[in-house]
Amino acid sequence: MSLLQRLYAPQAQEPGKGRLASAILLTVLAAIAILVPLLNLTVPADSAFHVPTYLVSLLGKYLCFAMLALSIDLIWGFCGILSLGHGAFFALGGYAMGMYMMRQIGDRGVYGNAELPDFMVFLNWKELPWYWYGFDFFPFAVVMALFVPGLLAFVFGWLTFRSRVSGVYLSIITQAMTYALMLAFFRNDMGFGGNNGLTDFKDLLGFDLQSDNTRAVLLASTCVALAGCYLMCRAIVASKLGRLIAAIRDDEARVRFLGYRVENFKLFVFVLSAMIAGLAGALYVPQVGIINPGEFAPANSIEAVIWVAIGGRGTLYGAIAGGVLVNYAKTVLTGVIPEVWLFALGGMFIAVTLFFPKGLVGSLPAAIDWVKRRIGKRNPPASSPLAEEPGQ
Amino acid sequence: MNVTGRASYSESQLYVDGVTVSFDGFKALNNLSFVVEPGEMRAIIGPNGAGKTTMMDVITGKTKPDEGRVIFKGDIDLGKRDEAAVVALGIGRKFQRPSVFENHSVFDNLELAIKSDRSTFACLFDRLDADRKSKIESTLERIGLAGERDQMAGKLSHGQKQWLEIGMLLVQDPELLFLDEPVAGMTDAETEATVELLRDLRGERSIVVVEHDMAFVHALGVKVTVLHEGSVLAEGSMDQVQNDPHVIEVYLGR
Ligand SMILES: Nc1ncnc2c1ncn2[C@@H]1O[C@H](COP(=O)(O)OP(=O)(O)O)[C@@H](O)[C@H]1O
Ligand SMILES: [Mg+2]
Repeated sequence: MSLLQRLYAPQAQEPGKGRLASAILLTVLAAIAILVPLLNLTVPADSAFHVPTYLVSLLGKYLCFAMLALSIDLIWGFCGILSLGHGAFFALGGYAMGMYMMRQIGDRGVYGNAELPDFMVFLNWKELPWYWYGFDFFPFAVVMALFVPGLLAFVFGWLTFRSRVSGVYLSIITQAMTYALMLAFFRNDMGFGGNNGLTDFKDLLGFDLQSDNTRAVLLASTCVALAGCYLMCRAIVASKLGRLIAAIRDDEARVRFLGYRVENFKLFVFVLSAMIAGLAGALYVPQVGIINPGEFAPANSIEAVIWVAIGGRGTLYGAIAGGVLVNYAKTVLTGVIPEVWLFALGGMFIAVTLFFPKGLVGSLPAAIDWVKRRIGKRNPPASSPLAEEPGQ
Repeated sequence: MNVTGRASYSESQLYVDGVTVSFDGFKALNNLSFVVEPGEMRAIIGPNGAGKTTMMDVITGKTKPDEGRVIFKGDIDLGKRDEAAVVALGIGRKFQRPSVFENHSVFDNLELAIKSDRSTFACLFDRLDADRKSKIESTLERIGLAGERDQMAGKLSHGQKQWLEIGMLLVQDPELLFLDEPVAGMTDAETEATVELLRDLRGERSIVVVEHDMAFVHALGVKVTVLHEGSVLAEGSMDQVQNDPHVIEVYLGR
């Protein structure tokens, strides 16, 4: 099988596994949500246990990427649709939240204009475009962060799944989609801040974005949202619908001839997945303080797919692990030798796809077994009743 | 041999009327006509490339006919419907290559197939009720896979996969069943068991079995339609068609 074929070949996880992994994941998320803010806010800065604020935000950022990875795994690992455009949904969610925070700036911008964001004043605009209406209102922005990616996914999926576009063709169209959006958002007259994007945010719901407290709450919220999305995805893949989308991944024609409208099921999962990605973007932007059209770059979407492949697709928790670990590796490596990162990422991707198609979490049990066997060989348990392997 | 008795079409289970399908000018089906009666079991035979699978594609909504009509139960035109709609009308289909969901257990395969609300949200919230569960269990007995209930379908033998796929059709409760080469690649013992299974199904519903294994068709002992180059070459009992000079020439004689 070629590298490309492997990307479209199903990677089913064995059923039953995942209980333990879910428990570990939720415990870790709970620990991060409680301990990290605590260690940041209550432990004095000179203590060895103090967690610096930059680390709080960095963790928050990783978890947002993990949520994006989760959304990709739902659609790719379970439904077999390799979307290379999920960065677009992430960015749209981010823009929705960014627009809210732009409105929160009010008259504290450089131009002191209470009616218009700075970049509009700079462009000599006289009034707020209609599509900015409502973004003064936080709940509206949150709804939009879910609705706009969901709507885009709906329209996109409706057009493609009904005409039975799939495989590589679909992947390429998703790339084109995010590329087109990037070009559009680069334009000043779109009204989203052009290539500078949206930035210089002051506060969220009245809380100062620079304060440690706000950052701690943002991290904790990200943990809660990620845990919630994870549980929702788990429930979905455990339902009959979940078994059905896995069946679509494995043999679409058979599902069709069982009387199911495959396109509707794909559409449902695709829209839901896009909304999770949008939520991830909405949580990401306040923690990094900026959103610009670069987030739509096709390479971003590809990178996110690589996180999932490395973590282990078709498991949900593997995607989350991949999202966090690969981005951690990126932070470390780009700190030391930035030029190497892309090669390292590509290399890891190819290695995983060719040799460990189940990814990190899928290969972990085998690796543990292997280590156990090595240890067992070195110290043969002399009187163990289980040690009956031939050759001992 | 011609299709006769135009008056009976309104009571027929399936009426294929002058269907032609071309692929880039090549006529895979050429003015094909035949009738299947309610409750009838019919065997359709023909050499490779005769158009058997294409005929099934047309009936089940996968391929649209260029000419002709396919009428179900006297007045339902299948030509305008897609696969899901055709299944909803009560037509089931087993593929030539055994198609089961290899990463699902045998039980789950039947659960996905069993007659139930096919809408997205119904599936999201579906809980298997006792009725459907016992129907799945009894079907497992019938297809001889009760012992493999919780096994991954991918681990089944070739023959067992074919039976599972037949089971997946049975739990749909179709009125009309199409089986594309159900014994292809089976051992003799498996073929025999399949003959038993199909005999057992006889009369319950209309069944069309497509095969090119002549011994198997002989064992079924049902009316046979011989397809050749996309149209009906002969029709009748196995003995009749075997003695038909055209059939001997193009098929049996080889
Ligand atoms: N999608 C297709 N495109 C082009 N030719 C096809 C297609 N499907 C079938 N054919 C051709 O139509 C003929 C009938 O095929 P098929 O129905 O599969 O025959 P059978 O099932 O009787 O062996 C064959 O010659 C085959 O090559
Ligand atoms: Mg065939």
